[in-house]
Amino acid sequence: MAECHPVGFQWVMEAKMRGAKVIHIDPRFTRTSALADQHVPIRVGSDIAFLGGVVNYILSNEKDFREYVVAYTNAATILRADFVDTEDLDGLFSGYDPETASYDGESWQYAGHGQEAGSRGQDPDDAGETNSGHELGGRGATLETSRVERDETLQHPRCVYQVLKRHYARYTPEMVEQVTGVPVEQFLAVCEAVTENSGRERTTAWVYSVGWTHHSTGVQYIRGSAIIQLLLGNMGRPGGGIMALRGHASIQGSTDIPTLFNLLPGYLPMPVAGEHDSLDDYVATISEPGMKGFWTGARSYSVNLLKAWYGDAAQPENDFCFDLLPKLTGDHGTYQTVMDQIDGKVEGYFLVGQNPAVGSAQAKMHRMGLAGLKWLVVRDVNMIESATFWKDGPEIATGELRTEDIETEVFFLPAATHVEKAGSFTQTQRMVQWRHKAVDPPGDARPELDFYYELGVRLRERLAGSTDPKDRMLLDLTWGYRVDEHGDVDGESVLAEINGRFETGEKAGQMLPGFTSMKDDGSTSGGCWIYSGIYKDGVNQSARRKPGQEQDWVAAEWAWAWPMDRRTLYNRASADPDGKPWSERKAYVWWDQELDDGAGRWTGYDVPDFEVSKPPSYRPPAGTGGPEGLAGDDPFIMQADGKGWLYAPSGLIDGPMPTHYEPHESPVSNPLYTVQASPTRQIIKRKDNLSNPSAGEPGDDVFPYVFTTYRLTEHHTAGGMSRWVPYLAELQPEMFCEVSPELAAERGLDNLGWATITTARTAIEARVLVTDRVTPLHVGGKVIHQIGLPYHWGVGSDAYVTGDSANDLLGLVLDANVHIQESKAGSCDITAGRRPTGPALLRHVEAYRSRAGVSVETGNQQVRRVPGDVVHESRDRA
Amino acid sequence: MGLRDAFLGWPVVRQVTGTDPLGRGAAAQSAHTAALRPRTATADRVVQSICPYCAVGCGQRVFVKDEKVVQIEGDPDSPVSRGRLCPKGSASEQFVNGDRRVTTVRYRRARGTEWEDLPLERAMDMIVDRMLDTRERTWQSEVEGKKVNRTLGFASLGGATLDNEENYLIKKLFTALGAIQVENQARI
Amino acid sequence: MSNSFYGPLDPAPDAGWRDDQPRKGFFTDTSVCIGCKACEVACKEWNAVPEDGLLMLGSSYDNTGALGASTWRHVKFIEQPKSFGHQDAGMAGTAAGPAMTDVLNRTADSALVGDRNALGTDHSGLALLGQPVPPAKPAPVELGMPLSVLPGAADGAQRTEFRWLMESDVCKHCTHAACLDVCPTGALFRTEFGTVVVQDDICNGCGYCVPACPFGVIDRRVGEKGVTKNEGIAQKCTLCYDRIGDGLEPACAQACPTQSIQYGDVDELRERAQARVDALHEQGVHDARLYGHDTHDGIGGLGAFFLLLDEPEVYGLPPDPVVTTRDLPEMWRKAGLAALTMLAGAAAVFGGRR
Repeated sequence: MAECHPVGFQWVMEAKMRGAKVIHIDPRFTRTSALADQHVPIRVGSDIAFLGGVVNYILSNEKDFREYVVAYTNAATILRADFVDTEDLDGLFSGYDPETASYDGESWQYAGHGQEAGSRGQDPDDAGETNSGHELGGRGATLETSRVERDETLQHPRCVYQVLKRHYARYTPEMVEQVTGVPVEQFLAVCEAVTENSGRERTTAWVYSVGWTHHSTGVQYIRGSAIIQLLLGNMGRPGGGIMALRGHASIQGSTDIPTLFNLLPGYLPMPVAGEHDSLDDYVATISEPGMKGFWTGARSYSVNLLKAWYGDAAQPENDFCFDLLPKLTGDHGTYQTVMDQIDGKVEGYFLVGQNPAVGSAQAKMHRMGLAGLKWLVVRDVNMIESATFWKDGPEIATGELRTEDIETEVFFLPAATHVEKAGSFTQTQRMVQWRHKAVDPPGDARPELDFYYELGVRLRERLAGSTDPKDRMLLDLTWGYRVDEHGDVDGESVLAEINGRFETGEKAGQMLPGFTSMKDDGSTSGGCWIYSGIYKDGVNQSARRKPGQEQDWVAAEWAWAWPMDRRTLYNRASADPDGKPWSERKAYVWWDQELDDGAGRWTGYDVPDFEVSKPPSYRPPAGTGGPEGLAGDDPFIMQADGKGWLYAPSGLIDGPMPTHYEPHESPVSNPLYTVQASPTRQIIKRKDNLSNPSAGEPGDDVFPYVFTTYRLTEHHTAGGMSRWVPYLAELQPEMFCEVSPELAAERGLDNLGWATITTARTAIEARVLVTDRVTPLHVGGKVIHQIGLPYHWGVGSDAYVTGDSANDLLGLVLDANVHIQESKAGSCDITAGRRPTGPALLRHVEAYRSRAGVSVETGNQQVRRVPGDVVHESRDRA
Repeated sequence: MGLRDAFLGWPVVRQVTGTDPLGRGAAAQSAHTAALRPRTATADRVVQSICPYCAVGCGQRVFVKDEKVVQIEGDPDSPVSRGRLCPKGSASEQFVNGDRRVTTVRYRRARGTEWEDLPLERAMDMIVDRMLDTRERTWQSEVEGKKVNRTLGFASLGGATLDNEENYLIKKLFTALGAIQVENQARI
Repeated sequence: MSNSFYGPLDPAPDAGWRDDQPRKGFFTDTSVCIGCKACEVACKEWNAVPEDGLLMLGSSYDNTGALGASTWRHVKFIEQPKSFGHQDAGMAGTAAGPAMTDVLNRTADSALVGDRNALGTDHSGLALLGQPVPPAKPAPVELGMPLSVLPGAADGAQRTEFRWLMESDVCKHCTHAACLDVCPTGALFRTEFGTVVVQDDICNGCGYCVPACPFGVIDRRVGEKGVTKNEGIAQKCTLCYDRIGDGLEPACAQACPTQSIQYGDVDELRERAQARVDALHEQGVHDARLYGHDTHDGIGGLGAFFLLLDEPEVYGLPPDPVVTTRDLPEMWRKAGLAALTMLAGAAAVFGGRR
């Protein structure tokens, strides 16, 4: 956090000054570790074993916050009898289909849900939901009804609490040490600190970043900490929670109002061909009528979006133009697109403030993809490597590409910087902050807002009068934004559309005060339901700037947070089931019976994340769905049963509970199960995406070391905003690798000398930094050396500093839930000296492949046996 | 300034006649030094902004003089950052006024070996041509008998320093064009 | 003993300022420094200090090397086999070989020498003379262990303690500033805030101040004549003279994310610093100490002083700095006597002839 979010770290330091204990779990001793109370070096890719160990410690020592757990989580909920755990299937859950390497999650559901085993149909479409996580949108997951069976004594053998306990029973401190390399005493010190600092009087927060998400099991990493935080009662409370430290100014915003293939604004899913032929079909997969919570408003959220986009053309009679939306047929994510580019299936590409030739995993594939295009538009502030790959990319040097042969037509359009346009960023805590414009952009530089607006205007002019149905999609679109005297779009008019307004009735034209005012009949519109309220009262709430020093610590009058300006999500859980704060020092939001003339109301420091007039004692009539179905003590209002999920009965495609699997490339055999890597990881078998052999496969000794990639304080991602800035470039001028003195000795590496790091994809060179901050770990009876690789440099000619990109080393293997790459753990070799240049580099890599016997099958085996008779294929061959 | 004042303002005279006989302080101060004002004080206006680097969302104050950014520093009013900035945020002014920043459209034709100049208007029209051409030729009404209404012929990958309003327009426009391969750093 | 050249002193009134400005300075608390280098960048941006060389030094995360004409804040990184209070660095029981910190620190020194001899940075005396010298590659590290051992076979002594110290160094704004005392042009002067500032409109680049500084802070800027701002002119931290004159904090202190750099009245900062040392001692960080806060030291106390976690030498600071002009009055007295004697002698000789 000190490395990549230094200014955020001031609050950690302040907490430390006031007595908080700071623990840093990271493979390397970083600038964060330097000021932590405890640093825990961990083997990359083993965090689920660590987190599972903490869960086991909590449960086996009964350290859970029992009152919170029983009331607010699904610990008491009974599961179906046909659910079988990984502990009984050697690393697989029930429902695994060896043909498709995917799960049918039917048996993972709550008792009484779905069709119990024996009676269930064999229609493969049943598995649809669990097969494609990207179709879920962000809604979590549906339950067909809020009705669940519960045993609040937590004794029922099939209640979540007991299932969880059995699932993690083998994640003992000794096992944690064996898997992660963290000695038992160090691990127990963490367990004790976390449990001692949780409960009524104290809370613990977990903070993570892409060190958790960039794995083939990344989603389950986060689930691991969610389980801990729910068991310890740390969710929805001040000083608690799970903080995702996002790396870019508005990366949160770009998922909320997404530029992601599988999402529409507000985490609504993109419609899928064949499944969503009508609005009814579409809404039915987001919410079931019997579900509790606010996702039951899905029809309203969808209709308001369509109304915002299609205006008067969107009417109840035509399903609000739902039919005009394009449909998905599978994974259309970045990596799939890149492969299609290489294979000549994609003609055009817009790169907008993004430098994949340096910054994306398997960067070589991205460059080859760019070379396979007909036309490319790059919009950036600086002349990034993704715009110049055709003349100075690494493949020109190796002879794989020749400038004169590359057909790609490249348009470089200069972009405006953050001070040259007005607009909003959503920061890491969902807070939307407005930037005012300071100056005009120079020369041809334009904001994206103007570029896309202008593009839309010209496209529509060109198609005007067309009767082709596919052009109606564009021509019926609302595109009438306010422009100033220079023709520049006023961002606030776009924000107003996002907020939404009353379309009819006496308030027609007024801004919606929030998403609860949205109607599903076309009388209101709003481009992103979770942002509704940001333009409440016709005022840009995100531009509010009452100085922090004039406010309390919540600073509720600075900017605006979605949803409904709530700063801490699920904050009803900061009070006990009766609505009283768990303790005075942790009071945040509570029920005050005195308010509203004795009717009572939720109040506190924050906007309550709950219906304000619903008393804690409220109990819905049996079978009630929607918000009305939430009881007065159901704080998790977006969940289909109102509870925090220790166990996810649906919504995840790789299992209802986090389970340790090794990374796709690992020199370590999974000590917990015969199944080595995640059985559902998304593998990509291609000649240009080879994998190193993992433990047990022939040739595994050729790539004996583990590497991980990361960022440094002094740089920003692929360097587009730092390698062109001399004051930053001079602070970290060269690509380097961090190695332990032991590895340096083993490989003859000199500090400040050069090293060549090789994988089955390619080899890169880096300066060597020998440091005690990297420690070899004892794992499963051998010593594992880890190599640290920052990834800010790229091969090009325009930046102040250049160098090989660590991303060239990575192969592509994805978390099947979200299609995010495993870029935080890979295997490699390291040798002293610079890498070969020109065609000799290709021969160098080929020699490694040949020595390791690498083929497209290497490392890509999936579990092909039925549960109960599981043997990993690599073992067959070994 | 009269002759007398000029004489009295002469450092050595100030040194001999003033309170600083060793000439190391008040007497040594030059007129230029005495007139120094911080450019934050002489700026024409101050604009409140947000740092473009990580997602902490630190407040920035942008000082503008003669329609040029002359200083960017932390905004003490921000409850997020309390006026502080990291090295990247502190380098924002150099990022904005960067001397290698490209501010004109550059064009590389197919199989070309060098950049060429291209007027912005012309570039916009050429891009529109290519989008419509590709869309027309790669249009899919149905796939395996299922309605899809789309093109896989062009795609987009955006960085995560785009504004919400910009992302909104990108998604809206591309969806209406049937271009579903719209992606972002958020998946990377 | 106290006079204008040595001992405790309030420097601004001594330099003729009569408007009762409290002395301003920095307290740099290294125990909360996260080594982010925001201070280096914020300083450069505010003062338009040019980039200072794009070389990697191999000295932990320090690629700046030293203070100089184009580096007015410099964050040092020190990796040590010692513990930081009660911190568990997580090294115990995990390592398979001996610690590297000592070897590393040696390498760091050699790397630094390499940089100082390099071209185009202000750390180089040679570059000033226009003699290009390629960056010297430091000698290979002697690791003291056999090479080519198999993974896991290097079982030796285990690492136990470790800490990573960071310190943002800066001009000390000495109570008795030798750079100022030797400046023949009056370019270096004492401000009303008690700080020491170069006036770039006065400085003629004579360089007398450079060897006078006991901390090696001030230097002449290397660059291209007519292109690089203030090329050839002596440069260093001004404590943002223009900003503090307007009631603002210096740029580095304002940016510092963790308040490792604190700006204020020196008297108040000294109290704050002492309280911080006491608190750290209570927390078990027994090696916390102040550096440069003592008005009876050889400088008369520093306007920019530090809380360190080890001996000053570890941070590359002189353990007992003395103002190089301490004996100036005595020297002048003796020189004056000698001159008088000579005059008397000459008078006697010439007089005797008469």
